[in-house]
Amino acid sequence: MSDDTVDVGRRRFLTGSTALVGGTGAVVAMWPFVASMSPSARARTAGAPIEVDIGQMDWGQKIDLIWRKQPIWIIRRTPEMVAMLESEPSYLRDPNSAQSQQPEFARNSHRSLNPEFLVLVGVCTHLGCNPTYRPDAAPEDLGSDWPGGFFCACHGSRFDLSGRVYDHVPANANLRVPPYRFVSDTRILIGEMPEDAPA
Amino acid sequence: MKAYFGGLIGWIDARFPLMRLWNEHFAHYYAPKNFNFWYFFGSLALLVLIIQIVTGIFLTMHYKPDAELAFASLEYIRRDVPLGWLIQYMHSTGASFFFIVVYLHMFRGIMYGSFKAPRELIWLLGMFLYMALMAEAFMGYLLPWGNMSYWGAQVIVNLFSTIPWVGPDIAIWLRGDFAVSDATLTRFFALHVSAIPLAILALVMLHIMALHEVGSNNPDGVEIKKHKDADGKPLDGVPFHPYYTVKDIWGSIAFLFLFALVVFFAPEMGGYFLEPDNFTPANPLLTPEHIVPVWYFTPFYSILRAIPDPQFGALAMLLSILVLFFLPWIDRNPVRSVRYRSQLYKLNLLLFVVTFAVLGYLGFNAPTALYSELALRFGEWYFLFFIALWFFSRPRRNIERLVSLAVVLGLISLYDVVRMEPGHEMLVFLGWLMPAAFVTVMFLGSGIEKLGRDLPVPDRVTE
Repeated sequence: MSDDTVDVGRRRFLTGSTALVGGTGAVVAMWPFVASMSPSARARTAGAPIEVDIGQMDWGQKIDLIWRKQPIWIIRRTPEMVAMLESEPSYLRDPNSAQSQQPEFARNSHRSLNPEFLVLVGVCTHLGCNPTYRPDAAPEDLGSDWPGGFFCACHGSRFDLSGRVYDHVPANANLRVPPYRFVSDTRILIGEMPEDAPA
Repeated sequence: MKAYFGGLIGWIDARFPLMRLWNEHFAHYYAPKNFNFWYFFGSLALLVLIIQIVTGIFLTMHYKPDAELAFASLEYIRRDVPLGWLIQYMHSTGASFFFIVVYLHMFRGIMYGSFKAPRELIWLLGMFLYMALMAEAFMGYLLPWGNMSYWGAQVIVNLFSTIPWVGPDIAIWLRGDFAVSDATLTRFFALHVSAIPLAILALVMLHIMALHEVGSNNPDGVEIKKHKDADGKPLDGVPFHPYYTVKDIWGSIAFLFLFALVVFFAPEMGGYFLEPDNFTPANPLLTPEHIVPVWYFTPFYSILRAIPDPQFGALAMLLSILVLFFLPWIDRNPVRSVRYRSQLYKLNLLLFVVTFAVLGYLGFNAPTALYSELALRFGEWYFLFFIALWFFSRPRRNIERLVSLAVVLGLISLYDVVRMEPGHEMLVFLGWLMPAAFVTVMFLGSGIEKLGRDLPVPDRVTE
């Protein structure tokens, strides 16, 4: 082969390999920019677990907390409320929490560690509104068959007193249960699983 | 003076293609002579873009992109900055007018078939512009940090968490936090004032370059380049400058008159341009009673809500926007303009406009049982417009009409059976009549000569 003929195969190989290496480099160069958009160390620290005293709560009372900028509800349910949850009404979409997000310990009718205390993320599983706590039975606006629960005014989703979603409403999953554990009989730590729970 | 000026231009021309650009895009750019009212909106969109950029720059001088300060800085701009209220209302009114102008511009493109060969790329670039504009408007809406800003962003970012498997992580990454927060506000600010405007400017340039390469369509949908005089100038064309520059100046004045009326007398437009809930600061623990986007997003928001499942709802909304990209390949009928298309096409187009308006209205209101049903039915009409359009694209045989009718109606009916709830049979059945009537008229009607036949297209423009 003389010097003035073009070796097309060699040129193609060089073009291809340069494009491949350069392209890989360009993709990898995106990494710092993509990573910089993840929650910062400060945001992650602000999302650390919080401890709450529940010793003073009344029957039926709800307290609102903020954890990771999400509303967290703690509700002290009366024994009648808990008893009502045991039956599995046909109007629930996912009564056994099979399709919903919660720690394993909350996959039961009362969706909690201790049936008396319900801990929920107060964010509708449809599009993130705050449902309202409506423990009153049969109010005018929710109908005479309303047994008490949570109602989302944004798009009309309904949940029972365990945060279990009704069938035929926009939300399709039960309200989420955050990870939490009892530090003592009267104190709850939101954001951490019980020590004996599987990770 | 003239010599000096000419000398200056000559000096520049030796170093930069100034006169060449001017001639290519203005003085020697031949546009069809039959442009009508609908051809104002391209240049008006450019005018609103300039208004938004200029007012935006001056707002940035006073605005604080910080969750603690943002809401107060907006009030400061409205109350304390000299004429700050004027600049702020020009910017917020400009956002709504941008969409009015762009929707009319897009409708013009659909009505006169301006997206058809050889103008598919103009349409695609325009659709990318529309997507960029939606992102720009959505991110800008978070900046006042009002309660509707906050919850609107919450709902829209949560749409991403409906993506299977990776959704929740993508939502956290987009927000930069576990909920919409200061991190979200600052990144939306960065994107709103720099990244997306740059993308919009680049896309506008590409959109216009593509247009000037193939030439403008016109209300008759005929190709003016087919008939040229001895000099190679289109017989039915006039130079853009001075004919259409002057026409567009006239349009700009009329537009600015209307724009000023809104800015000075109705900047909130009864809650449609600026929502009442946004005059209270963002509160993560207090949801507004009805979260509604601003009017220009409500047609798509209706489609999102019409399907009571977050995944499928988000998918339907995404499809309702994506389907527009494919218009050049859906409507392949060679007749461009609505003027020479069949009666059925005209009906289809009319119903599409009505559907878009009704979906917009429904999206602005609370989803009662009746409104949810209507939103679903008009959502079906929205998609049926494209199906009928595809169907009209070529001559059809009777067997094709019957099969298409059976398949489409069958799928719609199947969905109704699946979603049927006790107590709603009557509502669902009455609603079912809407798509049923639509497909029957469109698919079977196309077999009737008088309804389904396109008209002969003239060789030259008619005005």
